[in-house]
Amino acid sequence: MDFRISTSSRRPIYRQLADQIREGIARGRLGSGQRLPSVRELSRTLVVNPNTVARCYTELEREGVLNTRQGLGVFVAEPKAELTKSARKQKLTETLDRFLTEAVHLGFSSDEVLAAVSERAERFQWNSPVSRA
Amino acid sequence: MNATPSLPIKPEPASQQRSDGTLPDAIATYGLTKYYGDRAVVDSLDLRVPHGSVYGFLGRNGAGKSTAIKMLMGMVRPSHGRATLLGEEIDDIRPETRSRIAYLAEGHPLYRWMRIRDAVRFTRPFYPTWNDELLEQILKHFELPLGAKIRRLSNGQRAQVSLALAVAPDPELLVLDDPTLGLDTVVRRDFLESLIQIIHRQGRTILFSSHILGDVDRVADRIGILVDGALRVDCPTDHFKQTVRKVLLEFASTPPELAPCKGLVSGQQVANRLELIFAGFGDEQRQAVEALSPVSIDVVELNLEDAFIEYTRGTKRALPVFIQERSDAQTTSSQGAA
Repeated sequence: MDFRISTSSRRPIYRQLADQIREGIARGRLGSGQRLPSVRELSRTLVVNPNTVARCYTELEREGVLNTRQGLGVFVAEPKAELTKSARKQKLTETLDRFLTEAVHLGFSSDEVLAAVSERAERFQWNSPVSRA
Repeated sequence: MNATPSLPIKPEPASQQRSDGTLPDAIATYGLTKYYGDRAVVDSLDLRVPHGSVYGFLGRNGAGKSTAIKMLMGMVRPSHGRATLLGEEIDDIRPETRSRIAYLAEGHPLYRWMRIRDAVRFTRPFYPTWNDELLEQILKHFELPLGAKIRRLSNGQRAQVSLALAVAPDPELLVLDDPTLGLDTVVRRDFLESLIQIIHRQGRTILFSSHILGDVDRVADRIGILVDGALRVDCPTDHFKQTVRKVLLEFASTPPELAPCKGLVSGQQVANRLELIFAGFGDEQRQAVEALSPVSIDVVELNLEDAFIEYTRGTKRALPVFIQERSDAQTTSSQGAA
């Protein structure tokens, strides 16, 4: 997977990288258990300080998105549903409300928005429905 | 506020670790000052470049960066104050220690009558750790034959030769004074990649001054900003980006005056709008701004280049300062405008 960073962005470089890794996982471009480039490799490819890459990996590891295997490298972690269904639903609702607010302000109708959601959703790799309390 | 460092009685030899296991700062200055006439070109500089870090030394032209660097390298005598490099006083630095330090001066000075091979023969004896293989690798990468005459080289090529000569001894400390000045985009990128290679070798410290904020954003762990000779900022790169904020206030008619506020860097009025720059926008600042009863408040984040521009562009007096300790204990301070 190809990573890109931009110094003209307001977002810190390590966050840009973290966003791309998360999105890569969500889109299925990075599979569960897949090995990511080493800190050095990525620092060389992106031409950034290795500490920046390390910081990104550390954060994602703390969030449970990645894990380090001693001597082997950094890997995409297995998805873990730690939150209850209601907690996950709430997070989803919060994100949805932000997105829908933006869509309304941009002047779209609800039909247009639903069609756009359907279309974009096809590019992502979805989980099978989890039946948990 | 930086805790005043206690001055060591004897300079620590660089290999000696502190009691907490860390190595002493690669560069430390104590009230370093230089007057030209009655103007302080460098004003009481207390710089700390931690061992193993990459430090971006920033400031507008004439802010005093080159003078500060020249004082560190012993080319300009300070008016007051002192400094240490790799733990040794700059006015008493041992030759063995000097050979572990590389300096790339402004403008990449080289003897024009020499061929590259001559420059290598001239430089090599100063550095017991000189690595011929490394030098050849770099020259080959830049496609520079040893027989090339230096006066026939372009600016970019001369910079590459200087960089190769600086890096060949595998130095522990690299001091680079505006190394990419006048170089084209590709050469600049090449140079950055070389820097990354150096950073990958553990325990190397780099101090570099630059005007290309994008490059600084990529490689610097910490930045320092000199304004009129004084160090106004000394903190991690990301911290600076996240602390400088542009606040846009819309009013129904002519905006009121904003009372002096802690953290306010500058402000300007544009029709019915106030555009304010803050170094730190917290509750106190928000309250001060809300007290003006604007129609809307917009707090904008900035990338490093814009943050640097907004911070250094405004009126020069009473700039809020922020210096953050190197340890992970987040002690930040923003001294307010008067």
